[in-house]
Amino acid sequence: MPDESLLDLAEYISEKLEKHVVSHEFIHSELIVHTIPESIIPVLQFLRDARECEFTTLCDICGVDYFGKPIRFEIVYSLLSLRQNNRIRVKISVNEGQIIPSVTDLFSSALWYEREIWDMFGVLFSGNPDLRRILTDYGFDGYPLRKDFPLMGHVELRYDEEQKRVVYEPVELMQDYRDFDFLSPWEGMTTVQTDRNGESETEGEDERHAPQETS
Amino acid sequence: MEQDKKKFRAPPYSYEKGILLTSADKLFDWARTGSIWPMTFGLSCCTIEMTHAYMSRYDLDRFGVAPKPSPRQSDVMIVSGTLTNKMAQALRRLYDQMPEPKWVISMGSCANGGGCYHYSYSVVRGCDRIVPVDIYIPGCPPTAEALIYGIMQLQKKIQREDTRIAR
Repeated sequence: MPDESLLDLAEYISEKLEKHVVSHEFIHSELIVHTIPESIIPVLQFLRDARECEFTTLCDICGVDYFGKPIRFEIVYSLLSLRQNNRIRVKISVNEGQIIPSVTDLFSSALWYEREIWDMFGVLFSGNPDLRRILTDYGFDGYPLRKDFPLMGHVELRYDEEQKRVVYEPVELMQDYRDFDFLSPWEGMTTVQTDRNGESETEGEDERHAPQETS
Repeated sequence: MEQDKKKFRAPPYSYEKGILLTSADKLFDWARTGSIWPMTFGLSCCTIEMTHAYMSRYDLDRFGVAPKPSPRQSDVMIVSGTLTNKMAQALRRLYDQMPEPKWVISMGSCANGGGCYHYSYSVVRGCDRIVPVDIYIPGCPPTAEALIYGIMQLQKKIQREDTRIAR
């Protein structure tokens, strides 16, 4: 059950920001407000400045990649109000290639968060004064936190004795990445079927293991 | 009395005259093993263990191992932690700036072969792809004792070296 002050806050926000807020919900007793990219600045400005909210701290901005959804990315703004002792989450959905307004004018801490989202997801922010990559290598290609980015990446490094410098080469692994399901052989053998009398259904087994007859 | 003198094999020039004879190799190697100055190259959590080894409990100063903030004054580079692609250029540059003779200790799983980041897009799969490594210390992270053991192994390795041969 969400805190009473949070319920009041949700009511107040949806009333005051009727034009901007699409919907709000409570998940695990935490308030989440959905809005559209165009109104992220007025929404955050209201949440920061209004007497009843005073969300003066922008804790984090995250990106989420919902691969396969029509609107692919979700940007999540986590805000904290020290005065009201509340937390709130504001979410917007962004498509690939869509440019969303930067909130660096409202919260200076947003600068690096937006750089990180640009680095990891390739979502562009208009109005960010310094939108460079922040974490990945210089000249890095691709956006690593996108679901379609290969885990091993595209290049790896090696020192070249002849050129006397570190060179980039396409990834060449000695051993492929192995994925274990960590199930015990007893729990994991789901393909063998036995009926109630303890006789294994050999017909199905045969079909699977016998070589296919080519006719 | 005569027998005792035979047991004690004095060198041709005795100590009493204040002369000691040894080979230049041994002298150089003795000096080098006694003052291994590592370059402080902390990359991640292994650095904490490295710091433990420097601090009063293990006190690497006893081995003549004193951390140096500059590559120009250091003999050994302890690569302690995850070497990322972005850091690899800097690591090689610092290694090149160190004066000869120089050694490299690879500390921890990440530096040895990528560790749990082996399949990552941003981590070098072992720092031996970038610099020649002398001693590999396993562990995640290796304890301070393991690092000290590694340094002692390096001392043994240095003692075996022929100083006439350029490395």
